[in-house]
Amino acid sequence: MTEIRWHGRGGLGAFTAARLLGAAVSLHEGKYALAFPSFGPERRGAPVFAYTRIDSKPITDRSEVVECDCAVVLDDTLFGDPVKSGLKPGATVIINTTKQAKDFPVDGVQVVTVDATGLALEILGRPITNVPLLGALAAATGITAVQSIEAAIDDQLAPKIREKNKILLNKTYQLVKEAL
Amino acid sequence: MSGKLFVSGDEAVALAVRQAKPHVIAAYPITPQTIVVERLSDFVEDGSLESQYLYVESEHSAMCACLGASAIGARAFTATSSQGLLYMVEGLHYASGSRFPIVMMNANRSLAAPWSIYNDQRDSLSELECGWIQLYAENAQEAYDTILQAYRIAEDPAVMLPVMVNLDGFVLTHTYELIQMAEQEKVDAYIPYRNFCNKLDLEKPKATCITAGPPYNMEFRYQQHQATLRAAETIRAADREFNEHFGRSYGGLLETYRCEDADAVLVTLGSVAGTARCVVDAYREAGKKVGLLKIRCMRPFPAEETAAALKGAKAVGVLEKDVSFGFEGVVHTNVNSALKEWNVTVPTANYVGGLGGRSISKADIAGIFDGLLSGSLNASETAFVNLRRDICGA
Repeated sequence: MTEIRWHGRGGLGAFTAARLLGAAVSLHEGKYALAFPSFGPERRGAPVFAYTRIDSKPITDRSEVVECDCAVVLDDTLFGDPVKSGLKPGATVIINTTKQAKDFPVDGVQVVTVDATGLALEILGRPITNVPLLGALAAATGITAVQSIEAAIDDQLAPKIREKNKILLNKTYQLVKEAL
Repeated sequence: MSGKLFVSGDEAVALAVRQAKPHVIAAYPITPQTIVVERLSDFVEDGSLESQYLYVESEHSAMCACLGASAIGARAFTATSSQGLLYMVEGLHYASGSRFPIVMMNANRSLAAPWSIYNDQRDSLSELECGWIQLYAENAQEAYDTILQAYRIAEDPAVMLPVMVNLDGFVLTHTYELIQMAEQEKVDAYIPYRNFCNKLDLEKPKATCITAGPPYNMEFRYQQHQATLRAAETIRAADREFNEHFGRSYGGLLETYRCEDADAVLVTLGSVAGTARCVVDAYREAGKKVGLLKIRCMRPFPAEETAAALKGAKAVGVLEKDVSFGFEGVVHTNVNSALKEWNVTVPTANYVGGLGGRSISKADIAGIFDGLLSGSLNASETAFVNLRRDICGA
């Protein structure tokens, strides 16, 4: 079982990222996934969590995610105890930031940084960072393949935003892959 | 429309309802059911579902519109949750007493006060006496499949009763997962629309929703009770036939999971049964003899099957997301009554958990099994699982 925790703010698209990842692995890689938000009302700008659970067999566990294999942070101002706690040993933390990995010290985990907002502004013209962070996740962890995320974008996103998001996805994937 | 989809429980329900082709949908949105009615109104708007969609002003009106539709033989659907279910209670009894085969999805959510939009099962379990068949789903696939089964059960001429399909709020309604869609031709073959035997008909005039005074009232109730008891066999048949058509089945009214030779069995319903499976597997791997009894149908209650499944156990725990204040959880009461009725003597203990959205972890369930296996049950006290004792004076 692989568990990914998404840290976002209401409106940033953390749950969309969780859902796209679930669709990518379950519809296009023959695995099983659950994707769910932190339950309850969402307020724009307030900290929110989303989760993706992935396994090679059907997942029956409906309990809350306690420890994750990977935490993805959509906004670096969210870096703090909620990000640093509940990580499995050897976990990966991916942070959307213009700063360096050394600026986000967490013991015993791999920290990967990427300027997803900058890339999204450049390619989409809007600071929507869920797709580039999926690219960073694929590059840093290999949890899913870029082709599967592309297929999930085709299934799940509106037609007019698909192509630009795929360009953004691939560019972020390559940047993170090269930096590792 | 066949194939696999990655959807939420709410979306799975809406997709199944579209394939069941109800003539009338009347519903009022309420969290966490909202997506069901949003999707269905989208389907009617985009022409993929030909149905009369009524935008009513309340849940009471939603149920009354379904009553009217059902009275003239129309296949009807509604969906609600929590306060909305309570607001339509008067209509629930009209529906069951009039033998109208309405299908309703209920997103299980806590009841106010204190106000909460989060999951527990106090809403539907407080309505066990309203004459509706009550089914509970464990995951999105079962929710989708159970909506289709619900029409097969409700409209069976031997039954003619309304069916409530329950999904745990958020845990199922808002979690996305893989579902296998059914082919439309197979759905049409599984639940073909047929005229309701009790519909209002100008050729064969009859009265319905009638008054019945003392000389007749009890006979109506007796027949309603008999029909609900008979529904048990229809529910089993609907599940068997579903398996023949679609290759999936759920055990009818209940499912036993690794209960053979089990010393300790946990009885529960809804999504937490899935979490319990993980704990059962882990304990079995460690050589501990535990099992799970998942109740899928609360009304009619599978008393004989429950007793048969539990008769070999040394201890039974009932985990439920409700409590009848001043006594115990109502599922525990039902299980104990079934055991007594069928002369099965086994210690039982009641665990109330998950109220108002409190999480139930694998460790919580493991703790219950440990208590059951220890042989020192405190059966007289209802245990509140994962209670914050420091802030409530416990």
